[in-house]
Amino acid sequence: MSTSAGARAPSDQIAGAARAEPPEPSTSTPSGIEVPVVVTREMAGDRDIGAPGEAPFTRGIFPDGFRGRLWTIRQYSGFGTAEDTNERYRFLLEGGQTGLSVALDLPTQCGLDPTDSMAKPEVGKVGVSLSNLAEAEILFDGIDLSKISTSFTINGTAAIIYAMYCAVADKQGVPRAKLTGTIQNDILKEYVARGTWIFPVRPSMRLIADSILFSNDQTPRFNPISIAGAHVRDAGATAVEELAYTLANGIAYVEELLRRGGDVTKFARRLSFFFYVHMDFFEEVCKFRAGRRLWAKLLEERFGVTDEKARHFRFGVVCGGSSLTAAQPYNNIVRVGTETMAAVLGGAQSIFTCAYDEAFQIPTEFSAEIALRTQQIIAHESGIARTVDPLGGSYYVEWLTDRMEEETRAIIEELDDYGGVTKAIEDGYLQMRIAERARDRKRAVDKGETVIVGQNFFRREEQTDDFGEVFRLDPKAAEKVREKYDAVLARRDEAAVARSLAALEEAAARDDVNVMPFLVDCCHAYATVGEMVATLKRRWGEFQEPIRL
Amino acid sequence: MQTSAKNESPLKGKRILIAKPGLDGHDVGAKVIALALRDAGADVIYTGLRKSPEYIAGVAVDEDVDAVGLSLLSGSHIELVAETMRCLAERDGADIKVFVGGTIPSEDHPTLLAAGVSGVFTADMDLDAVVAAIVAELGP
Repeated sequence: MSTSAGARAPSDQIAGAARAEPPEPSTSTPSGIEVPVVVTREMAGDRDIGAPGEAPFTRGIFPDGFRGRLWTIRQYSGFGTAEDTNERYRFLLEGGQTGLSVALDLPTQCGLDPTDSMAKPEVGKVGVSLSNLAEAEILFDGIDLSKISTSFTINGTAAIIYAMYCAVADKQGVPRAKLTGTIQNDILKEYVARGTWIFPVRPSMRLIADSILFSNDQTPRFNPISIAGAHVRDAGATAVEELAYTLANGIAYVEELLRRGGDVTKFARRLSFFFYVHMDFFEEVCKFRAGRRLWAKLLEERFGVTDEKARHFRFGVVCGGSSLTAAQPYNNIVRVGTETMAAVLGGAQSIFTCAYDEAFQIPTEFSAEIALRTQQIIAHESGIARTVDPLGGSYYVEWLTDRMEEETRAIIEELDDYGGVTKAIEDGYLQMRIAERARDRKRAVDKGETVIVGQNFFRREEQTDDFGEVFRLDPKAAEKVREKYDAVLARRDEAAVARSLAALEEAAARDDVNVMPFLVDCCHAYATVGEMVATLKRRWGEFQEPIRL
Repeated sequence: MQTSAKNESPLKGKRILIAKPGLDGHDVGAKVIALALRDAGADVIYTGLRKSPEYIAGVAVDEDVDAVGLSLLSGSHIELVAETMRCLAERDGADIKVFVGGTIPSEDHPTLLAAGVSGVFTADMDLDAVVAAIVAELGP
């Protein structure tokens, strides 16, 4: 007989299923900061924290906050074929979304073509397949790239997808200088948490520097990197650790760019950040206020940057992630709403709200619309965006912002002592730390120390956890992708492909050459992502994952 | 003789391979389970990311494990689990128990169980319950 967990875990296997009593209120934040019953003016430091738009930007990077410009409503989306995804983008744009966010499938993220044996079961599953320029042309068909900003959650192959975006713009006749958007392009956290690394750390850092320097020159309004704490957080890190690891990675990128002769005043203006928002409301608000202030200070302390714009901490967020549950899934709508308010009060530049079913499937149009409306309700009904940093000056908020800044700085210094974040990653030290945190977090939920309503507390014995409509991916999507791929290979100019790949390989072998223009040429020749990655791998090799348990 | 003391190492002497088939890079669940099984006394091997079913089955047989835990969050579980089980059978490893964990929609559980999987675990399960289910399947 089998001991399956059944459809969802049966209630006797879920910790706290029988807990009828409400939990004891906790006295510390999830990062472990002990919170006083009341914070007084003296405890809060009793000082002027400056105006919004004034360094070190505790209250925001812009003097007029959201009055000048609302945050970008940017829903992460992509699945199946480029045609399917283009249709979903049009649906979201017609519904009032203000930026695109492209979810790519795992083969594209790992640099494998859809015909590769490892790729086959994963084509189009967690995102759209984008193996060559022809697919990108379909993806953005009817969407004016000079008017819409596009964000790509792409890392291992970020430089290639960015090159492809430039190539699509070229084909649409849109000047590159008009392109706006973001590529995630943060490889350091991939080694720690998200896992779509390809090359070893050193050549990966070079590729990132290449793309940032190229972008500063060719697409000056585009963010060529979004240094992301989000995935480390979702993997187990606390809010303070999320901030610390992210800023430490940011420092590593700045150091790399300086080694490459970059002008910090110029490139620092285009660095952006990305975080998760989880449920502890004030800790999330203060994380962003502390991060904004600490980044501005670190750039001045460590790199002598005084230019104000170069010290701007601009960030996007995702609300949802591992704070969402399969148990009583409609509760997730409330969670995402709460998290969105924290993001707005923290001063986010762009927000992605997860759909209530996003923890376990690709959202349906129904659930995706609720997620979009959640932001619009907060933006246009709640009035919380009316004045800049409305929580500024609250004794508690200023006190907690100070605590979080101190704790974050302490972790960054710990990493400095270890020998830097790059070493901590190559050794597998950070990965191990996150895994232990994840286990602790899981144990805390199992023991009922962390409350998850509808899961380990306030759960009905007979609850079904039904989430309504099931998303069905077109079962023929992968086959369609492979057919289109074969057709592109059949009609492209093979000699041009070979020439462009040979030139790329030569550029990759030399440290003093920027590979970006060569990647754009490869894209124009309809070379595939898999071909470009294979070419670079020949020169750079592959990352060897340190496995520590 | 009766003892009320809880067995702290119910998996002592058992060898378990935790594996990540396919391209999915979310390894937290795999690591959390690996740590929990090790805490329960098992000898745990972790493959690391992006392994093919052939590779996983090869390691399982070479390392003479009692069970393989496959962690999948990318939606490709049906194909990859079936392929791993086929590769195990091909290498005379059909007696190795296979468990699956991750983002596995409830309607897919019967399919996996029918294919011979010994247990399907989702993120909301108590870790102790997961360990207990594996102990029950592996026997003394």
